[in-house]
Amino acid sequence: MTTTALAPARATTRPPAGGWALQDTAAMIGRSLRRSLRTPDTLIMGIALPVILMLLFVYVFGGAIQTGQAAYVDYVVPGIVLLCAGYGAATTAVSVASDMTGGLMNRFRTLPVRPVAALTGHVVESVVRNAVSTTLVVGVAYAAGFRPTAGPGEWLAVAGLVLLYVLALTWTAVCIGIVSSGPEAANGFTFAIMFLPYVSSAFVPPESMPRVLEWVATYQPVTPVTDTVRAWLVGAPGGQPLVALAWCAGLLVVARLTAAWLFRRRATR
Amino acid sequence: MDTPMIETRALRKAFGSTTVLTGVDLAVPRGQVLGLLGPNGAGKTTTVEVLSTLLRPDGGSATVAGHDVVREPGRVREAISLTGQYAAVDELLTGRENLRLMARLAHLPRAAGRARGEELLGLFDLGDAADRLVRTYSGGMRRRLDLAVGLLTRPAVLFLDEPTTGLDPRSRSDLWAVIRDVVAQGATVLLTTQYLDEADALADRVAVLDHGRVIAQGTAAELKRQVGAAHVELQLADGRTERVATDASVPDVRRILADVETRRLPVESWRVAVPTLDDVFLTLTGRPADTASPSGDPAADDGAALLAREAS
Repeated sequence: MTTTALAPARATTRPPAGGWALQDTAAMIGRSLRRSLRTPDTLIMGIALPVILMLLFVYVFGGAIQTGQAAYVDYVVPGIVLLCAGYGAATTAVSVASDMTGGLMNRFRTLPVRPVAALTGHVVESVVRNAVSTTLVVGVAYAAGFRPTAGPGEWLAVAGLVLLYVLALTWTAVCIGIVSSGPEAANGFTFAIMFLPYVSSAFVPPESMPRVLEWVATYQPVTPVTDTVRAWLVGAPGGQPLVALAWCAGLLVVARLTAAWLFRRRATR
Repeated sequence: MDTPMIETRALRKAFGSTTVLTGVDLAVPRGQVLGLLGPNGAGKTTTVEVLSTLLRPDGGSATVAGHDVVREPGRVREAISLTGQYAAVDELLTGRENLRLMARLAHLPRAAGRARGEELLGLFDLGDAADRLVRTYSGGMRRRLDLAVGLLTRPAVLFLDEPTTGLDPRSRSDLWAVIRDVVAQGATVLLTTQYLDEADALADRVAVLDHGRVIAQGTAAELKRQVGAAHVELQLADGRTERVATDASVPDVRRILADVETRRLPVESWRVAVPTLDDVFLTLTGRPADTASPSGDPAADDGAALLAREAS
């Protein structure tokens, strides 16, 4: 070994204008996207599961469900899209949990980096992955007879609302990832989030449910978001854009702040 | 005289009601290796986590490279690198990508960071595996990559927390060689280990930690001297063991063996037993190093400490 190879003499660089935060976050996003490409099963599951459910509901159960609309496929696809986005967002809990328990987070914390950048990397990865999976699911839906009537403005509104929904659920997943004892435990959360759309207006109108469930379905966030997306995509009645926005924005703010607090608390034991 | 590169005074840390460090005093001069020795739950990892700014101490003081770990954690982080018990590398990236990511996060200039990464891949014998995902690496390769990542910034102070735990003997001696090279270049090292031979092989000085307190400190030779002299141990055919004190010199051992022959003792095997750090630990604490502390003492129990940590 040569003397220059290991000699302790630290090379320091001048920080760029505005500090290191942007560059650090970009590095972390690059890391998370690479990880995403190396675990295609997450993306495949995130597409296959909603597609199977969609086909099941459209071709098996759909005929027996009265929605007050002409085609059941037009009723169910908005709900499937949100189920897809929710499931995809929830898997972030697993990535965060494996960072927290695997020692990697300790390394980030001993670097001159704000370790929260690692969380941001996972969130951006979730948004990108969900953009891919929801687009593909909508494509399959089209093949299954889904015929949206939305114009460009409505599509844009749908994209914006789904993005907000994904961000809110992803940051919630980050919280779960921080507090869970490991990736396996965090994985349970993805199933919990899968069940939320069942007790909502995603598959059947809440009016057809027993009273208690109808109440749950009416006042949980998936219903107004689904109804709004459905209204924008196929012109169905019952859209509540303000309620949907309020739910997503509120959840996003609460989850983002909670994640930062949980993370700091775990960092300064 | 230089101030120590690592110094703690009466360092205390508790997780909830579980006291892990009850007052640790350490000083490591520049360029030296301190071996921090103790059984599971003695407080070794907690000490390292406080010194590497991962944990906030409850009392006492700690400075690393002249900076207080509580008041100037940023300055401390610029001077250190930590290689923990779990290889802190990304399983889903390749070895090369890990080095590049960490170089970026350490704010090395891009070209310099890449060159440094390539250099370390070569030094740590990871060149052939550089483009393989880390999850395909063996345990020894992971630790080497972990250490390589830690050396990207040429840190002045290195914390090695049980660097060879779980490695096979070959990987272990490879890693020892690398650590010796790093030390030869002037780094200051705090090494925790449960392996007495590891402290013996790598450390200039050894501090024995038990129940969150340093119970002995000195060179390995000094500690061994506390335990007593060497002796010739004779294993007799009837199962008895006989010990004869010796200074371990060739003439003295020859004299003892000649005596054994004239007495026609039925010796099955014999050896010259020089006190090991195991003996040191046994003498100092009244129990061997590889047994966990008696239960009923939560401070000494790794499991209890972990639980308290989760709950806090």
